[in-house]
Amino acid sequence: MHNKTIAELSQSLAQGAFSSVELTQAYLERIERFDGQINSYITVAADEALAAAKQADAQIKAGTAGILTGIPLAQKDIFCTNGIKTTCGSKMLDNFISPYDATVISHFKQAGAVMLGKTNMDEFAMGSSNETSFYGAVKNPWDLDAVPGGSSGGSAAVVAARLAPASTGTDTGGSIRQPAALCGITGLKPTYGRVSRYGMIAFASSLDQAGPMARTAEDCALMMNVMAGFDDKDSTSIAREVPDYSVTLNQSLAGLKIGLPKEYFAEGLDNDVAGAVQAAIEAYKKLGAKVVEISLPNTGLSVPAYYVVAPAECSSNLSRFDGVRFGYRCDNPKDLEDLYKRSRGEGFGAEVKRRIMVGAYVLSAGYYDAYYIKAQKARQLISQDFKRAFEKVDVIMGPTSPTVAFNLGEKIDDPITMYLSDAYTIATNLAGLPGLSVPCGFVGQRPVGLQIIGNYFDEARLLNVAHQYQQHTDWHARAPEAFR
Amino acid sequence: MSIERSDVEKIAHLARLELAEADMPGYVHNLSSIFDLVAQMDHVDTDNVEPMAHPMAMTQRLREDIVTETNQREHFQQIAAQTENGLYLVPKVIE
Repeated sequence: MHNKTIAELSQSLAQGAFSSVELTQAYLERIERFDGQINSYITVAADEALAAAKQADAQIKAGTAGILTGIPLAQKDIFCTNGIKTTCGSKMLDNFISPYDATVISHFKQAGAVMLGKTNMDEFAMGSSNETSFYGAVKNPWDLDAVPGGSSGGSAAVVAARLAPASTGTDTGGSIRQPAALCGITGLKPTYGRVSRYGMIAFASSLDQAGPMARTAEDCALMMNVMAGFDDKDSTSIAREVPDYSVTLNQSLAGLKIGLPKEYFAEGLDNDVAGAVQAAIEAYKKLGAKVVEISLPNTGLSVPAYYVVAPAECSSNLSRFDGVRFGYRCDNPKDLEDLYKRSRGEGFGAEVKRRIMVGAYVLSAGYYDAYYIKAQKARQLISQDFKRAFEKVDVIMGPTSPTVAFNLGEKIDDPITMYLSDAYTIATNLAGLPGLSVPCGFVGQRPVGLQIIGNYFDEARLLNVAHQYQQHTDWHARAPEAFR
Repeated sequence: MSIERSDVEKIAHLARLELAEADMPGYVHNLSSIFDLVAQMDHVDTDNVEPMAHPMAMTQRLREDIVTETNQREHFQQIAAQTENGLYLVPKVIE
């Protein structure tokens, strides 16, 4: 049963082929058997999962079940889960039992989904390889020498290794799409404001957005139907009607206008990755799409601007971790300042400290205009590039990441090289646009992702465009040999 | 742009972060590289560009000034390092 998609599992549960308890048990056994190899879960919530599965089975029997009732899912450990440890991949929160549920978690509970556990991630979602986690790196199920990408590395790995049918992720600069690409799965970052950020531990509040990670676009649509929507508890949530993302999946792509930004196929892109992406675009032409070359001239500004905006927001958001109300507190503080400094110094890892310091610097007196305002202006230029492009095209396509998964340890000592692995994903966050990564081939045994960027609130189209591709290709259906 | 050790010490203090002595050279080096990366923005003329703070150019939603949360002090304080009589305890601030 572990090779079935959510859509297939839902049907099997409805038909009584197996129960949610049996399904959940099967996944818990797989986690027990395989997770030692890839370190993808921080917490496995076996008892809670089985109790929820039992309830789901009762609902299925009573005929009150929805599509996700009884479906086991993995949640990124950035979402607060009432009564269950929520670490955000940090020593700072190693002792944090959340006293409430994130809105995303409440939505899944209401839908009857079963939470298998909490997935490993880069500390406070800061990283592109999952190597900054306090709980150790996650390994890529396709090649245990490779990183899974990050920050939602555990969430991508559990889906690839069949240790959950699907998972959730969050994406501040590519943290859903890049690991989805590197692990050969499908991941969607929705429009900023589409999914509630309440209870999702904040990194950079004007960029953070949660989304689904699954094997297929169809499953991502089913999850989006539950995740998306206005939330009064999130001050930047968007009050706008949520469509049924499943009903448009089968629309024809005839006449679809695809923009290919020349900047996404320039220097820095691996040749074999380029080849796989080009082949995917040829496949779209056969489905009736038209391809237009476009330009996003300020693409080169996105990584520099991001490393001002994101650290600035992170330094402000992470000031709440002070050793007083929750989280790590140092031993024997000699005074209040010592309590703050050592709790934070000992509780945060190196990458988080780096970003907090960059943020504190760019926001400090005398530097604010030169860095923060300058970056916000760059952000405006990047956003205008997309506005102009979407006057001409329906979607934009290119590679999700410039290379396939790199080796564990290869980039961790060189932050700049690591940052550049998000060169094609960051601009979308700065503009607030939705983006999706879909598997489109391999280089050796490591997967390649095709990125599809849409206009604001055009998630339904992205899912439709990805689903049609998956009806004609089987990249998404492949499983790493060791985890079949 | 080159960041000096004294800069790192100053911002670490502003951010209330204790840094281990052994890690200092690494922070000086890495923060300098990050600011070199950031400096690439300077090649672009942004004189007449409006700063963009937020993707949706939205204004903050307002609501009535009424209590909407229930009091869960005991529940929330269960996870604190040290509390007493409903208060969070920190080292003595006033002699």
